[in-house]
Amino acid sequence: MSTVEIRNLHKSFGKLEVLKGIDFSVETGQVVCVIGPSGSGKSTLLRCVNLLEQPTSGQVFVDGIELTHPDVDIDAARRRLGMVFQQFNLFAHLTVLRNVTIAQERVLKRPRAEAVRIARENLEKVGLSEKAESYPAQLSGGQQQRVAIARALAMNPSLMLFDEPTSALDPELVGDVLQVMRRLAEDGMTMLVVTHEMGFAREVADRVVFMDQGVIVEDGPPAQVIAAPQHNRTREFLHRVLHPGD
Amino acid sequence: MADQQTPASSGRRLTLRQRQRASRGMQYAVLIAVAVLLAALADWSAIQQSFLNLDVAKEGLPELFTVALRNTVIYTVSGFVLGFAFGLVLALMRLSRVAPYRWLSAIYIEIFRGLPILVVFLMIISVPLAFPGFELPGGVYGQAALGLGMVSAAYMAENFRAGIQAVPKGQMEAARSLGMPHGRAMVSIVIPQAIRIVVPPLTNQLVALLKDSSLVLILGVTATQVELAKFGNDQSSTFANPTPLLVTGLTYLLITIPLGYAARRMEARQGASR
Repeated sequence: MSTVEIRNLHKSFGKLEVLKGIDFSVETGQVVCVIGPSGSGKSTLLRCVNLLEQPTSGQVFVDGIELTHPDVDIDAARRRLGMVFQQFNLFAHLTVLRNVTIAQERVLKRPRAEAVRIARENLEKVGLSEKAESYPAQLSGGQQQRVAIARALAMNPSLMLFDEPTSALDPELVGDVLQVMRRLAEDGMTMLVVTHEMGFAREVADRVVFMDQGVIVEDGPPAQVIAAPQHNRTREFLHRVLHPGD
Repeated sequence: MADQQTPASSGRRLTLRQRQRASRGMQYAVLIAVAVLLAALADWSAIQQSFLNLDVAKEGLPELFTVALRNTVIYTVSGFVLGFAFGLVLALMRLSRVAPYRWLSAIYIEIFRGLPILVVFLMIISVPLAFPGFELPGGVYGQAALGLGMVSAAYMAENFRAGIQAVPKGQMEAARSLGMPHGRAMVSIVIPQAIRIVVPPLTNQLVALLKDSSLVLILGVTATQVELAKFGNDQSSTFANPTPLLVTGLTYLLITIPLGYAARRMEARQGASR
């Protein structure tokens, strides 16, 4: 069964066509990594899945519900989707604990005590129980990103979207975040990850999708797309990423 | 002969530093001359009699604080609260996706930032002429709050708008992607952060409002409704002595200077944390 299904998705910003007809799906429990050069449309694709960007045309289904249908309650639909941003986007005026409880209480209407319990469980999962009373500005980038993951998980999403989750981090902080994501994948979470971390993609992904210039160029298991790419564009991109400075 | 000339008469041969020193010396000389002149010409006992007359100053107590300052604070705070609430609404209208809201808000802001408060007060007084039988609740207090609130709302709306726009876009996106509707995200996530950003400019608004509250006297206030400026003015006519005006001025400064200082401190701290 597909958790996400995308049919003939197009997205233009003014005259610039960023997505030129994307067809693609993520099976339940799969981890799919989207790779590609900057400007290839991979982040836009991700943002179209939870409608942070309104697609110009095409359909997006999550759990069989068409999010692009005009009558759909977009706020209700987004509860199924956890989103992790490149810039973390923790709520700066709230403590770590409150960051994780606020949407549970306001959106899912969970009682305070239950929300706090679930928040603490998820903070423990990302290894930050002791930071519950801190404010985001007091945390490192890697810690902030792990809180952002806990915040998304607390909503019990059926799919997690990651938009270059480690690109804004200092190199020594990347590992902790990837470790959390790896464990999430092992637990069977369905994940769609836009990333430049080839090691993570090779090791964790069930499928790797290579995008360039608004289309999917190649889609298959990492052993194929990363280790033995069929297309020239994929090969060139991987060479640039894996051997920078050559 | 040439080297016996005084420095002043051989300006062209002076070094830059010597010229600066000479100029500074001249400025001190002028200052001292003026001070000496004033001290010699002024009638100090008369000045003390009129501006620093302690007997007259004592006559104003305790009403200066229990009535006048109290009323000034009431007018200021009620105007501020009204302006804060209405200003926030105007700012949200200004940022609305519905174009007519944006226009209405923009027109309101332009009008009320451009009108003197005195004119607004005069119009408020005239409202019963246009609507016979209509009376604003709260009498002078209601009129003062309305006038001060309407004008300060226009200024605060611009502060709020800037504050809301200064909150990073990712905050709204994160809230929306957690399933919060736009309005909920605005109330729980964006506005609390925007208010922190606008505390310093709003403190300056409070200072401005405190000073503008002196214009409430145009509304025709009774002895119990009197605020600082009118109180000082009335006292000084009663005793034919301007000391109460000086006392009134000092009472204003007692509030405005610490508030202004606090606003600058907060501005500096925000600037440093960016």
